[in-house]
Formats: sequence, structure tokens, C-alpha cells
Amino acid sequence: MPNIQRLKNLSGSAAIVGVAESDAIGKVPDKSPLALHSEAALNALDDAGLALSDVDALFTAGWSTLDVAEYLGIHPRFTDSTSVGGSSFVIHVAHAMAAIAAGYCEVALVTHGQSGRSDRAPIPRNSGAPMMQYEYPYGIIGPPVSYALACRRYMHEYGEDRTRQAMAEIAVSTRKWANLNPKAYFYDRPLSFDEYHDSRWVAWPFHLVDCCLVTDAGAAIVITTPERAKNSRKGGVTILGAGEGHDHSMISQMPDLTRAFGRNTGPQALEMAGVSHSDLDLAMIYDSFTYTVMATLENLGFCKPGAAPDFVADQVTAPGGSFPLNTNGGGLSYTHPGMYGIFTVVEAVRQLRGETGERQIKNCELALAHGTGGLLSSTGTVVLGRP
Amino acid sequence: MATEYSKPLPVPQPESDHYWEQAAMGKLVAQRCTDCHEFQFYPRVFCTHCSGRSLEWQELSGKGTLFTFTIVHQPPHRGFAGDVPYIAAIVELAEGVKMPSQVIGIEPDPEALSIGMALEVVFEQATDEITLPKFKPALQ
Ligand SMILES: [Zn+2]
Repeated sequence: MPNIQRLKNLSGSAAIVGVAESDAIGKVPDKSPLALHSEAALNALDDAGLALSDVDALFTAGWSTLDVAEYLGIHPRFTDSTSVGGSSFVIHVAHAMAAIAAGYCEVALVTHGQSGRSDRAPIPRNSGAPMMQYEYPYGIIGPPVSYALACRRYMHEYGEDRTRQAMAEIAVSTRKWANLNPKAYFYDRPLSFDEYHDSRWVAWPFHLVDCCLVTDAGAAIVITTPERAKNSRKGGVTILGAGEGHDHSMISQMPDLTRAFGRNTGPQALEMAGVSHSDLDLAMIYDSFTYTVMATLENLGFCKPGAAPDFVADQVTAPGGSFPLNTNGGGLSYTHPGMYGIFTVVEAVRQLRGETGERQIKNCELALAHGTGGLLSSTGTVVLGRP
Repeated sequence: MATEYSKPLPVPQPESDHYWEQAAMGKLVAQRCTDCHEFQFYPRVFCTHCSGRSLEWQELSGKGTLFTFTIVHQPPHRGFAGDVPYIAAIVELAEGVKMPSQVIGIEPDPEALSIGMALEVVFEQATDEITLPKFKPALQ
């Protein structure tokens, strides 16, 4: 079990000094995934006032650090290719802090790049893996089908109509945030409740607008010591708490379909940071589906199991509401190249720095970023604070 | 098979050869631990309940209930283009284990299905080697 006292000592021992997306996100057929990694890396280092030559640690997922480091032309002294789906990059933030605190490195670079929409050579899966043997032959393939199985079970346990209403609330409120973010895929496309309910079925109970986008995008994060953060271009955002883990790979092996691993990583990250839910100014929660973010609010402890439909009612998660959620427009309406988790951290850092323009939350001092990976399999949570 | 089978097929591994061989003969089997007597799905080289290494194969009743389902409208793989809408499901077997499958022999309509409804196994041959255990509403 995690040693919470030692984790509390680790809290605050590294800071995020740079975040960025690739030059373009959305439809980017003229860039390879490694090109997206690289653009994001250079942009994030520029954001930090650092150069590639400063980087001594590399973290990435989907690709091996071998490929990414070679493409970048760097020779890292600490590397981590932990690849557990879209949560990976949130987990990398915590791993980077641990590595920096232990003395393995000083400037850690986390990169992501994925052409979910336009990839010319998607990475194949191992066809002997249990998921391929027992789920794929039945057409239980990929996130929409798998998450829909979990969502239908949630509806059975907590009520179909109120679950449906909550999913609609999330879709609409998240779109309102996207309408304030010029980089969002659906920046100029509003979404009404009627349009939500009229949207075509992908995998019932999921409408198309319950599902995240499929885009091309890259992002990167630069992490360093608190001392070096002081002299960085924009100052540092402190890493205060973290948690990670997973409890299954394929959906039919999930121990409890309505309770993902955030049930552990949320409380751990908050306890390590020494804060409570009510202290948070912003929640950035991976929204692969409307259902995911709704259930995750319960898993993380913002409300009790089954209470999320009440928690998100009446557009409280929309701009101007009492619970700012996914202010970049989320995977639903901003961008989602496949493993979206890194973008929750990018937006949290920008909000904490107060640089998000029209969608800026007032006095944003403490934020939670949470990634979910695989098929509700893996989660990573971080708590970030303004220094 | 007259037409080429275009859906993903399982590639049996040494610990699952028996499961797929039995399915091809119209039998649904699972491993049972000789130490703690728990069943497990899917087959492994040890018992995930007690870490015991002694497992035996047992034929299951083929009876179960619908634990959850989705009605798939957008094919997640080109091989399923002609099958949509279809019912993907997790079935809770009478012996206590859950397995992924499909429900067939009933309209793919959320109103026609209910969580907890009784199901029984049917075997659908995919190729000469592979037969998939699926489920249909149980006759009362
Ligand atoms: Zn056992």
C-alpha cells in the first residue's frame, strides 16, 4: 500500500514549468504522430524558457521513449514508457516528480502525439491477448462498446432516466466550454439538449455526442525542480498530490462496472496534497464519454455512488456554474486523439496560471487532473497548485 | 464456410486450447480450482482466488443471466458491418463467473432486453476450428 506519510513528504517536490499542444490540433493529416510529439515538445520547452539540450528525462506512451528520444535527438538519463492508455501522461507527471526528487534527473519532458484521425500506420494489437481471444470475436471492440456496457449497468443500478439526463447535461455543458476555446474542434458549433437527444446511436445507450472526438493532436509537459521553476519563464505550477493504478484490462474483467480505479487514486492524491474536494477550484476529468466523467465524479469522491446525476444537474458544470469542469471543452468537444489524458494537465496548468482568456476561472489556485485509460481500466490523478 | 470469415478470431493460447476445443464440440467449460473450488473465467495457469496451481476443467450448465448489454449500431470493425445492430453483452453464468458474449435470437431493442433475464448458451460455428459460445433467451 502507498505510504501516505512519505508521499506527503514528496508533495511539492517538483513543478510544471511548460505546457503546450502541437502547432495544430484537430484534422492534421500532414503530420505524423512523431512530428506531433516533437512540435509539442518544442512548444512546451519554449513555454518554460528551456531547450531540448536541457532535457535529461523523457516520458511517453503509445510509443517507446526509444523512438521519441531518437526522433528528438536527445539522450535521456531517465526514461519511462509506461503505457496504460489515456491516463499514462497524468501518471508520468507523478513519475517525473518521483524521479526528480530521487535525483535521477532535473528536467523531465512528457510527450504525446497521436493521429487518431489520420494515422497511416496504426499500431496493431497482440492477437493472443485475452481481450482479443474473448471479447473481440463478439464485437466487443474498442471504447464505445466497452464503456456502453458499463453505462448500461450503471443505469440498471441507479436509474436510466436520471443517468440519461446527466449524460445530456455533461454533453451540453462541455460544449459550452468548447465554445469559449478557439482551439476546440467544436469552437463554433453549439449543442442543444434537443440535438443531444436526436443524435444517432453509436452503441446504445451512447449517442454520437456521448462519445469523444477522434482527432490528431500532440501535447507536452515540462517538469523540473522547485528551484529551477522559480527562474522559469512563467513560474512553476506545483505538483501536490498523485495516485495511479488499474484493476483490469478488458471490460468484462472489471471488478465493479460502476466503480473505476479513481476510487483509490482520487482520495490518495487529495490526501497526499493535504486538501479536500471543496478546496478545489477546477476539475479536469477525462471525458472519453459523457458517462465516464459522470461516473468518475463519484469514483473520485466528489459525490456518493449513484449521486452524480444530481451533482451535475442544472448545468452547474457549465461556464458560470458552481463546479467548473473540463474548461477546455474536453475530449468531447475540444480534442481527443486517442489518449487524451495529457490535455487535462495542460488545461489545469493554464487555468492555474490565469492565461485562458474568456474561459478563465476566477482565482484558480488548486486543480485536479484525472486520466482514465484503456477500458475504464487505469486511472491517474494529480492535484496541482499555484505556488 | 461458403464466404470468408471476416471478423476477428481468437488465437488460442496453450492455457486456452481446451476451452476452444470444447466449444467446437458444443460444450462450455471453465476452470475450477481443486483447492478453493472457485470457478474462473478466463483460463489461466493458476487460480486467481487462492493462487493454487491445481485446476480442473468442468463443463458448465450453460445457464446464466444478462448482467449488462449494449446495442452496437456503429461497427467497431469492418467484419461487423453486416451485423449491426447487434447485442454485445456480459453474461453472469449460474456457476458465478462472468463472460463476454453476444445475445442472439431476440430483437436488438433496449425495450426487449432486461438486466437479469434468463439466458442459455448456444454455439455458433465461425470456422472449422473456432466456435463461439453465444446466448439466447432461455425457454421457461
Ligand atoms: Zn483457488
